[in-house]
Amino acid sequence: MTEPSSKGQPCRILIVDDEPAIRRFLQTALADDCFAPVLAENGHAALAAAVATKPEIVLLDLGLPDMDGVEVIARLRQWSQVPIIVLSVRDREADKVRALDAGADDYLTKPFGVGELLARIRVMLRRSLQQAPEPVIRVDELEIDLARRLVTVRGASVALTPTEYELLRLLATNAGKVLTHRQVLKQIWGTAYLEQPHVLRVNISNLRRKIEADASRPRYILTESGVGYRFRSDS
Amino acid sequence: MHPDHDRQRPSPEAMLRAAQAEERQHRRGQLTIFLGYAAGVGKTYAMLETARQRLAEGREVVAAYVEAHGREATEALLEGMETLPKARYPHQGVELAELDLDAALDRRPELALVDELAHTNAPGCRHQKRWQDIEELLAAGIDVYTTVNIQHFESASDIVTQITGVPIRETVPDSLLDQATEVMLVDIPPEALLQRLRQGKVYVPEQASQAIRQFFRPGNLLALRELALRRTAARVDDDMRTYMETRAIAGPWPVAERLLVCAGGSPYSERLIRATKRLADELKAQWFTVYVETPRLAKEQQENRQRVWRDLRLAESLGAEVATITAPSVPGAIIDYAVRHNVTRLVVGKPAKPRWRELLRPPIVDRIIRLSGSIQVHVVSFQPAPPPAGTVGRIRPGIGSWTDYLVSLALVAVVTALPFLFWRDISPTNQIMGYLLAVVLAAVRFGRKPAILTALFGVMAFDFFFVSPRWSFTVADTEYLITFFGLFTVGLVISTLMAETKMRAEALRERELQTESLYYLSRDLAVAIDTTSILEAVRKNVGEALEAHLAVLVPDPEASERVRIAAASEGLTLDAKEMAVADWAFRNRRPAGNGTETLRSAQLLYLPLYTAIRTFGVLGVSLAATADFFSPHHRRLLDAFAAQISLAMERVDLARQAEQAQVLEARESLERALLNSVSHDLRTPLVTIIGALSSLHGEALSLSEPKKRDLLRCAWDEADRLNRFVGNLLDMTRLEAGELRINREPCDVQDLIGSALTILDRKLADRDVSVQLAENLPLVEMDMVLMTQVLVNLIDNGLKYSAADSPLEIAARLDGDHLLLEVRDRGPGVEEQHLSRMFEKFYRLPVPEGASGTGLGLSICKGIVEAHHGTVYAVNRAGGGLRVVCRLPVQP
Repeated sequence: MTEPSSKGQPCRILIVDDEPAIRRFLQTALADDCFAPVLAENGHAALAAAVATKPEIVLLDLGLPDMDGVEVIARLRQWSQVPIIVLSVRDREADKVRALDAGADDYLTKPFGVGELLARIRVMLRRSLQQAPEPVIRVDELEIDLARRLVTVRGASVALTPTEYELLRLLATNAGKVLTHRQVLKQIWGTAYLEQPHVLRVNISNLRRKIEADASRPRYILTESGVGYRFRSDS
Repeated sequence: MHPDHDRQRPSPEAMLRAAQAEERQHRRGQLTIFLGYAAGVGKTYAMLETARQRLAEGREVVAAYVEAHGREATEALLEGMETLPKARYPHQGVELAELDLDAALDRRPELALVDELAHTNAPGCRHQKRWQDIEELLAAGIDVYTTVNIQHFESASDIVTQITGVPIRETVPDSLLDQATEVMLVDIPPEALLQRLRQGKVYVPEQASQAIRQFFRPGNLLALRELALRRTAARVDDDMRTYMETRAIAGPWPVAERLLVCAGGSPYSERLIRATKRLADELKAQWFTVYVETPRLAKEQQENRQRVWRDLRLAESLGAEVATITAPSVPGAIIDYAVRHNVTRLVVGKPAKPRWRELLRPPIVDRIIRLSGSIQVHVVSFQPAPPPAGTVGRIRPGIGSWTDYLVSLALVAVVTALPFLFWRDISPTNQIMGYLLAVVLAAVRFGRKPAILTALFGVMAFDFFFVSPRWSFTVADTEYLITFFGLFTVGLVISTLMAETKMRAEALRERELQTESLYYLSRDLAVAIDTTSILEAVRKNVGEALEAHLAVLVPDPEASERVRIAAASEGLTLDAKEMAVADWAFRNRRPAGNGTETLRSAQLLYLPLYTAIRTFGVLGVSLAATADFFSPHHRRLLDAFAAQISLAMERVDLARQAEQAQVLEARESLERALLNSVSHDLRTPLVTIIGALSSLHGEALSLSEPKKRDLLRCAWDEADRLNRFVGNLLDMTRLEAGELRINREPCDVQDLIGSALTILDRKLADRDVSVQLAENLPLVEMDMVLMTQVLVNLIDNGLKYSAADSPLEIAARLDGDHLLLEVRDRGPGVEEQHLSRMFEKFYRLPVPEGASGTGLGLSICKGIVEAHHGTVYAVNRAGGGLRVVCRLPVQP
């Protein structure tokens, strides 16, 4: 655990879950020098706590007794850009997508390991601390020079179409964050293409063939089944 | 019939009959009839007195309908007794008070008092007659006390009419008297009755007073009293007989007689049937009524079919077995039927016909007597009497259209004119041929009577115009008389033959049409596999055969004992009143509506569709002509249709039940497997988890660091396994419940494989996994999440069942418009007999050491792939190993 908070103080983390067992588990797992957990058991309590404590990160369960988790996200997003990680059970991809489209930054499928959770939190915190995007993004052997629009793999430059480059840039600048299909389609192709998912599939496929060593086992652009894509982030 | 020694013991049939009758009595309400011989004997008073006793005994008694006729003594008895309000029906400006049947059924008392059994209900009531209301009360398990005079019983009404000269219009079936649990005779001497009448104590309706006074003559009253006493005595006799029969008391049993009467629709048939009923009662005999249909009579029968139908129904209601037979000759058919049914006596009527007609054609009676052999023949003669009022008026025999006669005459005129115009020298013989031709034409075209007229006018014209002296009817040569006679007779014979042939052909055609429609219906019903196809077959066949509008009504799942329309002919709508009639037919399993005795004001005829097992619904029929509703032809055909439809519905119902039973069985076995699996697969990981955690929690200090790590690792792995198992169970449940929604979108197959491999990343570790992708694979429409899961399960399986150092291959290629997704391992493979079963739920292959499964993974794969309209199967590989193939359509 390295420096979760810029000021060397414990990072305020808002944990929203209606299950006491999970709240207790998360509190125990996260309560150390680096984190100061604040607990909320429903949507209204969560919104109140968010206003009162101004958390630096929010862990939000979607299945809340009093209001829809997506609604909580929407209301938070009206005044705050705090990173939100959604905790959700399996097989609710549609919920995850709705949460991400509403402004959540990432999701974790229950049950999850603490190591995985900490890694996601770290990525989020680092992203929120980042003031301006780095001009050059390096992941393993891939290098993206945003200033010069240059992409190289193991030093060899890769020829990308403008769309592929835009796609890669979007993913890479949001490294670690899950981007839903809709979000990507909207940003690269515009709203007219929201219902044309094959455009995205084909471009991702082409992009992988150009930058991945083995397109069948991608290392940079990871697929989140039924949700979207995530650019690998070294954490 | 039975030898005497058989009578020593009660026969099993007799015991059974008695037991069944008793049981029926238990289920149904009990009927007590207060029987009198005339108005004013005090039936209502006696009924109320007995009812008060019952009330005093603590029974729940309700006066459902009691007519006190303003008598104080009677009204006093009604005091303090619960009385139901009467239903009011406006009729021709007068308001008629009737029994409120529905109120009585709703009130459902133990005992209901309903006066005047023979009463005819006001139009608009559910039933035509009050005795039908009472039947319904009895069927509902309500005991009924009622009153009636002897002259109203069908078999007595004739005698009474003969005695008193007053026609009896309101009659009730004799079966009610037999059905009654008790018959109480209310009797006072005729002198006393006459005195009461003089004192004005007997209620006499004004409009009928003349007839009633004629009725209340001492001689009449004596005869009626005797009749009532004898009927009651006969009933007591009957009770005694039943008692003796069931208890094996030897008695003078009569030899069983069987009577047969032929119904012909003549004005006397009704009386003949009643006479036979009386005779049968006296002889304690079984009796039959047959109606013989002959091609020759077919046309006449068309005309009086209403009356024939009425006769047959009357006979049936009097307890006869009724049959309709088609045969070329009436006497032959009757004797044949009699012999086949061991009939001992035939009852025939001797209508008063003019003597000369008997000379022309011997009456049927004579022919029957000649053929009867050992069967006794009772000939009942009747005084010619006007047909009873109130029934349908006598239908005049059809005389055809007047244009037929006109054209026939024109034919004669043409034949007569021919020689004058064209052929002056024609010989008289050939001229006769011309007239014969005209007769034949008339016979063929218009039937018998116009043909006879043609023959007659032909003879006259021939005489007048051609036989000398011409221009006169006088005949010089008497030999021409033979010609005249010959011409007329030949004309007569030809026309009769032609007419008969035509009628026979018509009858045959009709019969054939009916047979054909029945055949088509049964053929269509035979292949009907569900209610919808039955309804379609019914609408198509029955509607066409009868040119009828139809509605099939089935039980309404939302309201018990009600029906709703399942199918109806176009343009046919049923209002609330019609639906009520259908409901009644459904509840009571009896026909109702148009053409029946019950709720006849309805537009449609409602036939219940039922078998021995249950009632399936109601067939509503709207026929083109009103007369058709009363036609035995139509009713017989409709009954046959209804029976066919009921059987088909029963078949479908049974098939559905069998299917349900099968599904239930399958579900039960699945539940057993599930229970086994759950108890085993949920517990096993928990054992490890709890064990490991408890040792870490309790003895953490004494454990070495590597040991702790080991324990934690075990707990983690098992928790992981538990998680997977629960996930599988959930997936399976969703698949089973049909809740799994396939969210299709175009997917990159490489992406799919990549996702699966990413999920399995930790497990794959350093396995040699190769991916073989065909060039230019298209995007495939599928649910990425679910298909990823399929692939994960398949790869996971491959990993589990093969050695850690063996290679694993994943391949994707196109086969026509299908995508083949393969996972190949180099494990031990699967024995051939397991290959087809390995995708079944909870089917586990012998598991190699260390591999553990839930028995669900592959069946989930199968469920998901099939939801994509694909297939999944496994084959053993040459050189060892297993190849599992998913075959998915590229475009759904």
